[in-house]
Amino acid sequence: MADPIISFQDYGFQYAAQASPTLHHITLDIYPGEKVLIAGASGSGKSTVGNCINGLIPFAYPGESTGKLFVGGVEPKESSIFSLSHTVGTVLQDPDGQFIGLTVGEDIAFALENDCVPQEKMKETVAEAARLVDIEHHLQYAPHELSGGQKQRVSLAGVMVEQVQALLFDEPLANLDPAAGRSAIELIDRVQERTGAAVIIIEHRLEDVLWRRVDRIVLMDEGRIVADLPTKTFLSGKALLEHGIREPLYLTALRYAGVPITEEISPQHVNSLTLTNEQKGRVRAWYVETEKFRVEEKEKKELLRVENLNFGYTPEVMNLQDVSFSIREGEMVSIVGRNGAGKSTLAKLICGFEKPLSGKISLDGRDLLEDTIKERAQNIGYVMQNPNQMISKPLIWDEVEMALLAGNMSADERRERVEETLKICGLYPFRKWPVSALSFGQKKRVTIAGILVQRPRIILMDEPTAGQDYRHYTEIMEFLKTLNAQGFTIVMITHDMHLMLEYTPRAIVFSEGRLLADTTAAHVLNDTELVRRASLKETSLYTLSLQCGIDEPQKFTEGFIAYEESLRSGKTR
Amino acid sequence: MAKAAILNYIKRPSPVHALTGTTKLIFFLSWSISSMVTFDTRILFVMLGICIVIFKLSQIRLRDISVVLALAAVFLVLNNLFVYLFAPEYGVEIYESRTVLLSIAGPYTITAQQLFYHLNITMKVICVVPVALLFIACTDPSEFAASLAGIGVSYRAGYAVSLALRYIPDVQREYINISQAQQARGIDLSGKDKFFTRLKNSVAILLPLVMSSINRIETVSNAMELRGFGKEKKRTWYMRRKLTGNDWIAIGLAVVVLVVDLTVTFWDGSRYYNPFL
Repeated sequence: MADPIISFQDYGFQYAAQASPTLHHITLDIYPGEKVLIAGASGSGKSTVGNCINGLIPFAYPGESTGKLFVGGVEPKESSIFSLSHTVGTVLQDPDGQFIGLTVGEDIAFALENDCVPQEKMKETVAEAARLVDIEHHLQYAPHELSGGQKQRVSLAGVMVEQVQALLFDEPLANLDPAAGRSAIELIDRVQERTGAAVIIIEHRLEDVLWRRVDRIVLMDEGRIVADLPTKTFLSGKALLEHGIREPLYLTALRYAGVPITEEISPQHVNSLTLTNEQKGRVRAWYVETEKFRVEEKEKKELLRVENLNFGYTPEVMNLQDVSFSIREGEMVSIVGRNGAGKSTLAKLICGFEKPLSGKISLDGRDLLEDTIKERAQNIGYVMQNPNQMISKPLIWDEVEMALLAGNMSADERRERVEETLKICGLYPFRKWPVSALSFGQKKRVTIAGILVQRPRIILMDEPTAGQDYRHYTEIMEFLKTLNAQGFTIVMITHDMHLMLEYTPRAIVFSEGRLLADTTAAHVLNDTELVRRASLKETSLYTLSLQCGIDEPQKFTEGFIAYEESLRSGKTR
Repeated sequence: MAKAAILNYIKRPSPVHALTGTTKLIFFLSWSISSMVTFDTRILFVMLGICIVIFKLSQIRLRDISVVLALAAVFLVLNNLFVYLFAPEYGVEIYESRTVLLSIAGPYTITAQQLFYHLNITMKVICVVPVALLFIACTDPSEFAASLAGIGVSYRAGYAVSLALRYIPDVQREYINISQAQQARGIDLSGKDKFFTRLKNSVAILLPLVMSSINRIETVSNAMELRGFGKEKKRTWYMRRKLTGNDWIAIGLAVVVLVVDLTVTFWDGSRYYNPFL
């Protein structure tokens, strides 16, 4: 076997700013042409491993290291971040933030410019790299004219121009809609085939990465490698569940049905599964059994109504066209669709940030169009995606109280209301803490508390779980469910198909400014035509059910959700 | 979202657009020096004539830049007004003669010399402003950094300009999002509150904006370092274009104007052309 391109030998690392090491005794070899997935929950150290490989450690983030690390045969600390960039190309998580150039061509050329490559040669290389990632027709485009997936392609082309031997992707799926995420994984696969570079993907969304072949999965937890196995072997073990990573849905379903996950059934992809007839029988039997967990939806009173809404930022382009739907009291609803489909615009119209060209928005039958932003906020609370975009006070108490100060409540009433809200959100013990001492998930709760304190009827959330690992995802979503159970109506804008499927019975689907469908979440993901038009992605449950001879994939998915729901609420086992 | 900016790059097929960024920058700088130095009315008239020709060539229409032109006009009028208020006899001093046309009150009289002086300072501004506006409206932002490097500015400084052009729209968008969400929490920026409250309220938007901008900076600087920015003393530019015949003509014109300007202006030891003596 050839020499490894990257080799960690009993390596440890401690950031200069931190009191204890982040990485402990990492031993890991990555060989040319391999495709390795590094998985792990937030804070497991997986991104730190990535930073060690591309040289951000120690050059951008200094610290103490122990043991040895070789990248392309040299030790990073003896080298420079620049010469490492000729060996390892890194695509960062944020496709927008890392887009440096003013146009696609310039961004791809950036590394070449820094290398003083003459212009003619540069144009050639850029064109070639752009062809490799299918972006050659957009060389003149500015970043705001591109979708998230296209920007990521540009970033990839930008590192490909260096003829690197290894490609490192830091959470490549975090900011993409489901269909774009899928094509990103396909593209990575194609690029690897053509260039033969080693590929390292850091990601916690396992099922999505496994859409294409992965040779090896390295699982990290608390700064250590807890598993480093070929994909097949890895999935047959129990490592995932123990370390806060979500296993692929089809495997969960198989486990529920009592089919043991072994290497023999080829568990690495839903299409590669080789189930015996007996095993398929078990899945069918389990499917029949899930019937008893289903709950009928009760009819609820209508709360928010949107009628024939039309809107465009400029007269030439309509961002929303003839949108009508209603939200009922106590519901939990997902709004899904690709980036730019009009989801966020809809939220802005509902909150009154923008005025519709025509159409009506009413709450409890009362027209909202004349209400100011402030007045609407009494009834409709809006929580932004990133808590750092909302938090503006250093102390938790002040942050939560802020919205009340504008009203005419007495100090006592305010104190009572804030205390009550903090209790609902499980933040009461931290009420005197500074916000900066909280984790990301806790900060998210603080922003929700800051909205809840106004006691809105509806909470509108933009991507409530973006960038969260399974553990935090579950924490946030279970919290929202308890709020929902207390009578708050919750509407979520999301890219996360799991979230939609598991937590929101109903989904509203948007595409290019139009409402495409308003139906059950399970139906959305089992309707191939709808999935395609809205750039969503069918679940692996769909494929699994067909493989097992169940020709009602939608009911199979519903059964799966009902079963999981009953597991969470402790009715089974 | 995409509201029209007051002044930005306007793409048109014109010979002015076709000049390289470096040429336009050199022309703009040299032209500014010429007009700043001289008070020679004859030269200013020639420059103004050339200005009008260039403007026609550029295919930029007046209404494309009407907002900025209006702003410039306001400043020009104010400037003239204050010059007159503080130094009503300055023209007399310079041109060493006094022809009273009209007497207003106290020291304020209108003299032909003062009017002529105002004509000159107005002309100087009128000669520079269109060229400055054309430089911005006709230069592809992608070429800015390369053209700065072209006249010897460090590429690091040049790239800072380019990065600002790249990220300012993003930060603006973020500002709008944050301020809308904060307004929904009862923060009023509409001006109904007292000044101090408004100041406090704007902090509620600035803090999140600063935090998110710091994150953005970290990402950008990591991305740049990972792709070798700052490795060499020099760098090449994807968007730089070679100087063509027209570029040399434009640069030549700017140099000729500058040389004639300096010669005529300093020939007789005075910056002023004096028709009164």
